[in-house]
Amino acid sequence: MADKQNVETTGIIGWIDTRFPLTSNIKNHLTEYYAPKNFNFWYFFGSLALMILVMQIVTGIFLTMHYKASAAEAFASVEYIMRDVFGGNIIRYMHSTGASLFFVVIYLHMFRGVIYGSYRNPRELIWLFGVAIFLCLMGEAFFGYLLPWGQMSYWGAQVIVNLFSAIPFIGPDLSEWLRGDYLVSDATLNRFFAFHVIALPLVLLGLVMSHLIALHEVGSNNPDGIEIKAKKDKATGIPLDGIPFHPYYTVKDLVGVVVFLIVFVTIICFAPEMGGYFLEANNFVPADSLKTPAHIAPVWYFTPYYSILRAVPPVMNSQFPGVAAMGLSVMVFALLPWLDKGKVKSIRYRGGLYKKWLAAFVISFLVLGYLGTVPSNVWGQFAVNMPVIGGADRATVVARVFTVIYFAFFILMPWFTSADKTKPVPERLTG
Amino acid sequence: MSDNNFDKTSIDKASQLSFSTPTKVDQDKRNFLITATACTGAIGAAAMAVPFVGSMLPSERAKAAGAPVEVDISKIEQGSFMTAEWRGKPVWIIKRTDAQTAELATHNTQLSDPMSEVISQQPTYCKNSHRSIKENISVIVGICTHLGCSPSAKLEKGGDMGEAWAGGFFCPCHGSKFDLAGRVFKGSPAPINLVVPPHKYLADNTVLIGVDSDSTVKAGG
Amino acid sequence: MKNNLKKSTMKNLLISLLLLPLIALANEGAIGVTAPIDATDYASLQRGAKAFVNNCLNCHSANYMRYNRLKDIGLTEAQIKDNLLFAGEKVGDTMSVAMSPKDAKKWFGVAPPDLSVEVRARGADWVYAYLRGFYRDSTTATGWNNTVYDKVAMPHVLYELQGEQVMNHETHKLELAKPGKLSPSEYNDYVADLTNFMAYMAEPGKQQRQHLGWYALLFLGVLLVLVKKIKNAYWKDIK
Repeated sequence: MADKQNVETTGIIGWIDTRFPLTSNIKNHLTEYYAPKNFNFWYFFGSLALMILVMQIVTGIFLTMHYKASAAEAFASVEYIMRDVFGGNIIRYMHSTGASLFFVVIYLHMFRGVIYGSYRNPRELIWLFGVAIFLCLMGEAFFGYLLPWGQMSYWGAQVIVNLFSAIPFIGPDLSEWLRGDYLVSDATLNRFFAFHVIALPLVLLGLVMSHLIALHEVGSNNPDGIEIKAKKDKATGIPLDGIPFHPYYTVKDLVGVVVFLIVFVTIICFAPEMGGYFLEANNFVPADSLKTPAHIAPVWYFTPYYSILRAVPPVMNSQFPGVAAMGLSVMVFALLPWLDKGKVKSIRYRGGLYKKWLAAFVISFLVLGYLGTVPSNVWGQFAVNMPVIGGADRATVVARVFTVIYFAFFILMPWFTSADKTKPVPERLTG
Repeated sequence: MSDNNFDKTSIDKASQLSFSTPTKVDQDKRNFLITATACTGAIGAAAMAVPFVGSMLPSERAKAAGAPVEVDISKIEQGSFMTAEWRGKPVWIIKRTDAQTAELATHNTQLSDPMSEVISQQPTYCKNSHRSIKENISVIVGICTHLGCSPSAKLEKGGDMGEAWAGGFFCPCHGSKFDLAGRVFKGSPAPINLVVPPHKYLADNTVLIGVDSDSTVKAGG
Repeated sequence: MKNNLKKSTMKNLLISLLLLPLIALANEGAIGVTAPIDATDYASLQRGAKAFVNNCLNCHSANYMRYNRLKDIGLTEAQIKDNLLFAGEKVGDTMSVAMSPKDAKKWFGVAPPDLSVEVRARGADWVYAYLRGFYRDSTTATGWNNTVYDKVAMPHVLYELQGEQVMNHETHKLELAKPGKLSPSEYNDYVADLTNFMAYMAEPGKQQRQHLGWYALLFLGVLLVLVKKIKNAYWKDIK
């Protein structure tokens, strides 16, 4: 492929370059990849997500050396890792903490995309790859959560797989097929293990590659939401507001990495259960198919969607609307590039209308997230004599209101983004 | 959020890149910092590798399974042997007759390493002509030093091993021959003597395999 | 102005991220009592180990706990052998129990659960309250009931030590009807030691990981200063 005349390097690098585009790739993606100079705090999370992915794969490989994917041995093998394997507790906590922090980082990364309009033309495909990565990650987390074979693992999987049985006509057969049994069992554990350690990681890696290739094709967005490629140096063709990714952003991301590691180490060494949010107490009880724990809730990163599932009432004795709403609440992110009709990309130049709706969305996401972790009777019931909502669980009613707001944010987006009073956008980055 | 005046800045910067080339002083400072960070980072990476590399060592369970084993040797008859299991390996405990022990010294010239001097295959307390703590009792790991098969016992003189055979062990895989102290005969594919594991006598008839007399636990760690 | 504002929100976010673990740490309790346990008190842990082996290990296993791990809490292998091992057990064995789960189920109605990670499942406070919360109740099959575990299938194994408590249905408080071998405060200490040991057993590596944590944080602090300096050295170029 490489054209001999184009190779300027000599020695070993030169030898490689005539056979493999090493130097040109380093240039294209690092030293001569020009990124906007005004990346702020929000731009740390992409590189952090990549680092966590690598970390999860490495710790995962080492856990796989000791873990036993069988209903009889899974729980014991996790404790074996925790006690008998040298360094096993550190590796296991890295993996479990890494899973939760992966979602923290991904949520912040997605939020960055939303506030600066990073999903807008020409970056729609980057966003779609991103949404696919997010879905894949949710699958990865779900499959992985069954593996310790504790009570929460078991009943979490039971509930989620049963969601599929709400799908009309094919539902019951579908969930049986997913489980490979009439209940979550050894067969289910075995296949979830296969999905968790090989199938989804492969898909995930492919998607992450595509995400990055698409990003480097069109270039990074920035907090001003303007294209740096529009203003280039006449002589060199370098964007005037662009700086080489390496060294400037590599050294900057390194600071982000170290700060992240400080948080990471603090959790692993001092609070790996994170008060029951990262590792739930009930998951230290081995799975028992005859006894459901008093209160089951998904891990925190799934709770907003779980809240939506619970908030939607059954229609004609069918749970399907709730299941559909939950699916939609995740999938709807994919539509953002086409729902946003704003004249500007970045929140910096948006008007009050957009900001209010965004705030409403963030609040509903957080409230739904909280409500998903607690039983629906947590706030008691409304008085029976109240109209319409009399006797209903307060928390359920609140969840319904916020579910409506959650979806309204997307449904009304074409309107409030186009009707918004935007500010003029500068020609060059403002820092 | 930002309604400040951007026109001014955009005019200032109209025709120059956002980054400049560093001076020599800057470059030296950077090189120093990079070296310092790389060294620190290397220490961190090495420390981080410890649990990962260590996780592949024998676990506590494996160590417990490979812990020293106590063997009652009272039932072994003179001139015969028994096999115990230690760390999944056969360990022979051979009770030689006085005649067999005396015989050991007579075929030294046919052995590769009669005095156990070439490569140490035994604890120092077994570095003697009979390779054992007690003159007549040998404790030997029954794994051929050639390719790891377990040799068969041919304790009797002669027999199907031929007239000259003084009694010992014969490896069925590649024909290595060992005497009753586990010493290898010249011409065998096996290069060195059989291994004598660390062991000690708890009582006259009780031997603990896997622990030295200086009581360091080789298995427990 | 704007930059300052942004910087401060950034800082706040970072600080709150750093503080999250502390919030999580504080977020415990709700049983009403706090178990007076101390993972660094080896004497208490050793007494607790003995109490566990003598009282609990007859029916409950701790299948993930190896006896020789007790070297963590200051016992020597010889001490473990002499004081804690049953006949025929090796020091590298786990704390298993001879009773088969099937027999146990036949005798007790439910198989006594493995206690290796009980404290992680229930919390030390719960275990402490449970062990002190048995009282006489003629309506249950065993004749015992418990304040934190209603109609528990397990009888009060330690009643000889604690004596017999009854529930005063007016005050909803337990009263000691028949004293045991130990005074109430001695019994509390005994149970606290036992709880302490069970908390240790639930995660034997806990102290070591916390210890490592400080070194790791110290190291990362140094690294942070260095990478921050590099970043500043490079970003001097950026106009």
